[in-house]
Amino acid sequence: MLTLTCPYCGVKAEETELAPGGEAHLKRFGPGSSDDEFEGYMFARKNEKGVHFERWRHAYGCGKWFLAARDTATLEVFATYPAQTPEPPPEVVAAIKARRPDWKGYK
Amino acid sequence: MSTRLSRGGRLIDRSAALDFTFNGKRFKGYAGDTLASALLANDQMMVGRSFKYHRPRGVVAAGPEEPNALVNLGSGARLEPNQRTTTTELFDGLESASQNHWPSLEFDVGVVNNYVARMLPAGFYYKTFIHPRAAWKHLFEPIVRQSAGLGRVPKDRDADRYEQAYAFCDVLVVGGGIAGLQAALSAAKAGAKVWLIEQTAQWGGRAPVDGVEIDGKPADAWIEATLAALSKMDNVTLRTRTMAAGVYDHGYVLADEKVADHTPGDGRPKHRLWRLRVGRIVTATGAIERPLSFAGNDIPGVMLAASLRDYVVNYGVSLGDRTVVVTNNDDAYRTALALKAAGLSVPAIIDARAVVTGELADKARAAGIRVEAGRAVVKVKGGRRVTGVQIGLQAGEGAVMEEIACDAVAMSGGWSPVVHLWSHCGGKLLWDDKIAAFRPDATRPPTGAEGQPMVIVTGAANGTDEAGLLADADAAGRAAAEATGHKPKKAEAASISNPASIATEAVWIMPQGAGPALKMKMWLDYQNDVKVSDVQLAAREGYESVEHTKRYTTLGMATDQGKLSNINGLAVLSQALNEQIPQVGTTTFRPPYTPVTFGALAGEARGDIFQPLRRTPMHEWHEANGAYFEPVGLWRRPYCYTRDGESHEEAVKREVLNVRKGIGLLDASTLGKIIVKGPDAGKFLDMLYTGVMSTLAVGKCRYGLMCSENGFLMDDGVVARIDEETFLCHTTTGGADRIHAHMEDWLQCEWWDWQVYTANVTEQYAQVAVVGPNARKLLEKLGGMDVSKETLPFMQWADGTLGGFPVRVYRISFSGELSYEIAVPASHGRAFWDACVAAGAEFGAMPYGTEALHVLRAEKGFIMIGDETDGTVIPQDLNLGWAISKKKADYLGKRGQERTYLSDPNRWKLVGLEALDGSVIPDGAYAVDIGVNANGQRNVQGRITSTYYSPTLGRGIAMGLVRRGPERMGETLEFTKLDGSLMKVRIVDPVFYDKDGEKQNV
Repeated sequence: MLTLTCPYCGVKAEETELAPGGEAHLKRFGPGSSDDEFEGYMFARKNEKGVHFERWRHAYGCGKWFLAARDTATLEVFATYPAQTPEPPPEVVAAIKARRPDWKGYK
Repeated sequence: MSTRLSRGGRLIDRSAALDFTFNGKRFKGYAGDTLASALLANDQMMVGRSFKYHRPRGVVAAGPEEPNALVNLGSGARLEPNQRTTTTELFDGLESASQNHWPSLEFDVGVVNNYVARMLPAGFYYKTFIHPRAAWKHLFEPIVRQSAGLGRVPKDRDADRYEQAYAFCDVLVVGGGIAGLQAALSAAKAGAKVWLIEQTAQWGGRAPVDGVEIDGKPADAWIEATLAALSKMDNVTLRTRTMAAGVYDHGYVLADEKVADHTPGDGRPKHRLWRLRVGRIVTATGAIERPLSFAGNDIPGVMLAASLRDYVVNYGVSLGDRTVVVTNNDDAYRTALALKAAGLSVPAIIDARAVVTGELADKARAAGIRVEAGRAVVKVKGGRRVTGVQIGLQAGEGAVMEEIACDAVAMSGGWSPVVHLWSHCGGKLLWDDKIAAFRPDATRPPTGAEGQPMVIVTGAANGTDEAGLLADADAAGRAAAEATGHKPKKAEAASISNPASIATEAVWIMPQGAGPALKMKMWLDYQNDVKVSDVQLAAREGYESVEHTKRYTTLGMATDQGKLSNINGLAVLSQALNEQIPQVGTTTFRPPYTPVTFGALAGEARGDIFQPLRRTPMHEWHEANGAYFEPVGLWRRPYCYTRDGESHEEAVKREVLNVRKGIGLLDASTLGKIIVKGPDAGKFLDMLYTGVMSTLAVGKCRYGLMCSENGFLMDDGVVARIDEETFLCHTTTGGADRIHAHMEDWLQCEWWDWQVYTANVTEQYAQVAVVGPNARKLLEKLGGMDVSKETLPFMQWADGTLGGFPVRVYRISFSGELSYEIAVPASHGRAFWDACVAAGAEFGAMPYGTEALHVLRAEKGFIMIGDETDGTVIPQDLNLGWAISKKKADYLGKRGQERTYLSDPNRWKLVGLEALDGSVIPDGAYAVDIGVNANGQRNVQGRITSTYYSPTLGRGIAMGLVRRGPERMGETLEFTKLDGSLMKVRIVDPVFYDKDGEKQNV
């Protein structure tokens, strides 16, 4: 069971306190988008072995959604950060690079 | 024969005799015995039969690795199957029974399998039972079911209770042998918060049995002193009888403490499941001795050498008078010496190694024991117990040079480090030729949240030399403390004065050139009856992966999970494949280390506290007034209220008619209530609902539909505008938490710059629906506010007081009748309900339950989330286009609903359905169509989503989804019945009652 530190309330939360929300940094495609765009937004999810970005909600804590960057194979957590960002902020990218020099970067 | 010696037994108390039974026979043992040692003390050498061939089986080990000696323990509400006698502490009155035989242990019919073993090779299930197909169901399966299985499944409710507890520490040391004690002490001295857990009831592990001396004194003295030091430290927690079951992500460990297994019924919880979150785990879990693969190695009387020594030293029990020792390493010599010291005979030590030197071998020779180097046991003689061994050359093919009469065989094939906890979370192993075993690869440990190593391994679990064992454990303890932020002291450890060599020569088949006849009697997995010949057959048939071979042969798949058999099995496989053992690799180690009973995993979550229960403020009134409850999410809602011996069906009928003709009261408190507030609240709700909410006037209500981004209908409810910036959104009973989370998701993650605040206030209010033609009269009697049609028309709300209670009254209806839903603060809920009941008495008010609610809404053709919707239905399917804005540029689900599949005119759509004969159509029934699909199944064109007997109409009514349904009014379809026959059903308008909606609008 994972432990993730909620970036809002600072609590080191256990997985049982959290609700998972799937891949982070999705760009929404609404009316007017093409079928391919909508399909990509709705269904095409990354399945990385390695660095991955996820949404989590501190459901049984402060209730806030936050994002986590972690390694899906080793479960190493590189950072947790607020959800209000369209892509990983520079300090998160730097934290990942420090631990995974071979990482190709976001996207 | 096995017997109790007149002297010895460091763990037993000969002054405390205990009575117990085995298969109904009464036996005596002593306090401190295990069930296995007590059975052996009573010459009960045969304790079970094997799974496949039903061969007689005796105790082969002395710890959790035991594959054979499993029993049904206890009886009735305390019956537990598959309990290992070797880890069951004896108590007075213990009842046990052997397993897997019929009709009796001594005379077993299934043993015929043994004589046709040639026809039951590896994979015989897959080969034999394929054809003809019908034979499996009628012939093979009944036979297999009769003969398969180990213990009996308990029939009664478990009489015991179990509890769970959380704990946190810097360093968890697993294993209370000398390595674990040392590691715990070193970590604790550095100031770390330490837990030390040991699966047995004793501290010290093997050292006292092995005659280990520490700093020149017997190990017991050192153990006692170390334990005393640990006990005095405030930062140390010591737990015996506590088995670390598994290591999980980020330092999470499950440990099962067997609190009262040995004192059943004393009022304490039977087990306590510890959920530990730890900084570092030090595994000092020791090693497990391996059997040797020689013919007849499963006959009762053949035992692991160190286990045989355990029985002599710990319990004063001998397996036989004459014990032949067979080994490929030095450790087994300790058994020979222990037997000699106990006055027993050791005719020979058969050592597979060509050259035997070293201190222990010298001691054995000095004690007058015959040591035969380069020799092998060709075959063990005997049936239900050992009568002798045939000896030959290890390098040979099995020619018998000599036969030695004996009644016990002590075998040692080397020691496999217990690497389970290291491996559970991804720690890798390396092959160590010196000990002929896998051990943890320190360069590839399991890692934690920061990528740091989670587990440090020490002692025999790491294949550490005895000479440096305590120094290694000290280093492990200090390293764990340092890693968790403490300052360790200088290296300081005692040393073992008489260390033995742990060097082991790889011996996988004995003798190495043995032919097929011998290999068919060489057991690898005792419990599942897998032999050397089976693994070799699997290799010949193309099973190259160890994981496939395991599943094909069932090697290591029994309740012991291959603790004895895995290494021997994969060594045989690698030889057969002509590969090196590390290349073949091991199977995956998964938790738990030894079985954990379901009771411990469930903990206190059973019976009344299986899950949290939500009760409305009026719950007790319902209980006192005949409510029959049904679960709705975690809520309990009255399904109906029975009176005067009515059936549920009759009660529902009465409640429905009473609402239609008079007045009914419904506890609607469970309805979800979410406040959405802020300058952007209207804009936000316009995105969430398919309709427009921003234009709703203050004081008015509007029905709304919520869809997922994928387009499918997920919830519905009435929205009330409280003021310019505030809306109150009603959700379904089960949907409140989900919808609130859904709102927060979009607010926080997509439209985070919108100024909106949400609060789930479901439990802040009690809500009473007053429904029926007389509803207004009841409210007027309560008095306090104007509830007339003019002041408070349909789909409006007003604040005020009724009968002195502060209320908010909504004119909304889910029944088609004149209806008020009245919200009061939850603390007033019960009192307000009582006031309604009292005021309504003269108008014939009665409470009604959820089933009447369902019938009332179905008569009106109102949909129910979860009945008419199932996650594949869009609002358009339910003819709810009127609630979908055509003007809005966007709302959640709009783009999804534009996809061709969802706008296909052939979609199944909502209609009313009634059987031509007026009966009730079965729930979930399908409307058949002509032709069959690709699977040969009858085509279908619709299904029932809601179906009831309508007391108002006096016949069955239903709603359903039918292909192009609304275009086919009046058409007759055929629906399936449960017995397979068909019934004729007409498509009608789904509004069965008051089509013009006049009754709710008065």
